[in-house]
Amino acid sequence: MDLLRFITAGSVDDGKSTLIGRLLYDSKNILIDQLEALEKSTKNRADGSVDLALLTDGLRAEREQGITIDVAYRYFTTPKRKFIIADAPGHVQYTRNMITGASNANLIIILIDARQGVVEQTRRHSIIASLLNVPHVIVAINKMDLVDYSQSVFNNIVNEYAEVAKQLGLDDVYYIPMSALNGDNVVEKSSITNWYEGKPLMQYLEEIEIDNDVNFTDSRFQVQFVIRPQTEELHDYRGYAGRVISGVYKKGDKVKVLPQGNESTISSIEIAGEEVQEAFPQQAIVIQLADDIDISRGDSIVKTENLPKVANELEVLLCWMDDKPLISGNKYLLQHNSRLVKAMVKHVNYKLNVNTLQQQAINDEIKLNEIVAATIKTVSPLVFDSYSRLSVNGNAILIDETSNNTVAAVMIG
Amino acid sequence: MSEYGLNYLEQLEAESIHIFREAAAQFEKPALLFSGGKDSITMVHLARKAFAPAKIPFPLVHIDTGHNFPEALDFRDKLVEKVNATLVVRKVEDTIKKRSLTEPKGKFPSRNWLQTYTLLDTIEEFKFDCCIGGARRDEEKARAKERIFSVRDEFGQWNPKLQRPELWNIYNGKIHKGENVRVFPISNWTELDIWNYIRKNNIELPSIYFAHNRKVIVHEGQLVATSDYIKPSTDDVVLTKKVRYRTVGDMTCTAAIESNATSLDEVINEIISTRISERGETRIDDRVTEAAMEDRKKNGYF
Ligand SMILES: Nc1nc2c(ncn2[C@@H]2O[C@H](COP(=O)(O)OP(=O)(O)O)[C@@H](O)[C@H]2O)c(=O)[nH]1
Repeated sequence: MDLLRFITAGSVDDGKSTLIGRLLYDSKNILIDQLEALEKSTKNRADGSVDLALLTDGLRAEREQGITIDVAYRYFTTPKRKFIIADAPGHVQYTRNMITGASNANLIIILIDARQGVVEQTRRHSIIASLLNVPHVIVAINKMDLVDYSQSVFNNIVNEYAEVAKQLGLDDVYYIPMSALNGDNVVEKSSITNWYEGKPLMQYLEEIEIDNDVNFTDSRFQVQFVIRPQTEELHDYRGYAGRVISGVYKKGDKVKVLPQGNESTISSIEIAGEEVQEAFPQQAIVIQLADDIDISRGDSIVKTENLPKVANELEVLLCWMDDKPLISGNKYLLQHNSRLVKAMVKHVNYKLNVNTLQQQAINDEIKLNEIVAATIKTVSPLVFDSYSRLSVNGNAILIDETSNNTVAAVMIG
Repeated sequence: MSEYGLNYLEQLEAESIHIFREAAAQFEKPALLFSGGKDSITMVHLARKAFAPAKIPFPLVHIDTGHNFPEALDFRDKLVEKVNATLVVRKVEDTIKKRSLTEPKGKFPSRNWLQTYTLLDTIEEFKFDCCIGGARRDEEKARAKERIFSVRDEFGQWNPKLQRPELWNIYNGKIHKGENVRVFPISNWTELDIWNYIRKNNIELPSIYFAHNRKVIVHEGQLVATSDYIKPSTDDVVLTKKVRYRTVGDMTCTAAIESNATSLDEVINEIISTRISERGETRIDDRVTEAAMEDRKKNGYF
């Protein structure tokens, strides 16, 4: 049983909360007391039904305003998989939340209201999914009950979206005619849409292959923490703790430490104090090297025969996430995995229109939720791969040193 | 699955270890908040794995309400000895005296609220800049939105509207003087994940997690153990029941459930077949309002 992280995106009122509520409810991941609380808060509803959307509604202020305005995480498990849902809101101005939720996602569910078809928001969410390289896309064409479960309505939307997907290079896309409210094609296949030949949503979620999304070829590892027990029996022990970002490491591998460039050999790999012969992506390991080299947090250990890029001038796409504007020439901290370096946004080259993908000239300051292409200079070099090729080693954030806030999501070119 | 795949428990574990290491590397004085329950015990287990073969590089901090199960305290001391960790205990009792706070009254005098004061004093005393806690996002709606690195102001307050976006596997622990960060390495675990992990790793737990005989009274349908802190009133009927605990909080605010489960397998089977969530079933004080957790957290609770 493995783990799948997904995000739901859609415009306000497309049925996101209802869908998530339905997934939790039908997979029996809602518990009795939560259900009671739910029933209590739905007492006032005219038809007395349970409002599934309330299940996913988090903070009080939001409850009062009746909208979701941040990213919340939900969990459910079926016999096949554990799922983590990043519930990101559909509001126009909240690109930032969607990027946050999508950054770790294996899959995105894009909701479309069957009555409306592909709208500006749909394009925006799809563009963000493609910029972030979310590997799998499910297009849930919802509220089919309001269009008489019409096959032609469904087909038209599929054709319309296929154009968008093609333009964006989204290549693993599935389409489902759905009624989140009635549960059609959510967990069980609906008998009303007998013309539909695909699977219900839950089955896709359980079966979509995600192992192939992991890169096993380019070995990347960054030091998080240096372990030095300094006890009598482990007097000279010096272990480099971190997670395998990608690729496979074996005892005896010839490695290079970057950015400094020293070479050595892996003398041992340990997981939780036990020696192992090899380590693969996501594992939290400790590497020891045969030679005494000065290595600290943020340094990369890679195999000599397959090197990442090393540079201190980067072409990036960045999404601005702060209320204060981005100002060209400002200094920030850049954090790439565990490596923290001083950086400067040297030049902002153009603004990306997230509804059309058009490149626009910059004529005023860069505001919250805008995506721009920029040139960043760092004080010491970064060891990275381009985001489009190896996203796990091509992402970073900018931190404002005066507020300490995370102000930008960075995808390195 | 390919030959190089992690199952979901291994993925959760690797993520938690990563978070522990980030906390240890980014902060000058981190501390692990230890409550004595299964989540804390799992956290200690994960912290050991994260830093092996070295010791856990920060102290365990127990904010002691004085209403603990004796079994849990015994267990705490043995665990600390076994893993060779540093333990800091600060007592709510002392804070009450020092700050002349008012003891809660009533039949179930929960000191949960007062814990906040002791915690903030302890943070101040040791200048902790990071408190690692065992909260999970599945526990409560308000928690579902909290970040893994969650910044608190100097009053220990959480501001749900001003959270830093948390992207990819990058954790921003930069803070101003006086602020500190709560770090939640098991955010993405559910109760069942914890139990399955405990089983898979043979993690030892205090005996009260397993069925045993105990004198209880029935309060609004919940079984509450009688103790020095909870005295039955004349109209209470004291029964001896076979019970176990799902969470180990204070004796004043943790209810027991009837159970015959004496092994981990049996406990897990019972959990799968009950459909009542952990908090609703066993926290006497939490059912007051739905927004209780949110209020409490804004006030600096773990
Ligand atoms: N008829 C119909 N209504 C739906 C469906 N899904 C959601 N709704 C309704 O649409 C409204 C908005 O849904 P909600 O889940 O809150 O949307 P969100 O803003 O995307 O989270 C609510 O009144 C839902 O009951 C559906 O499949 N069919």
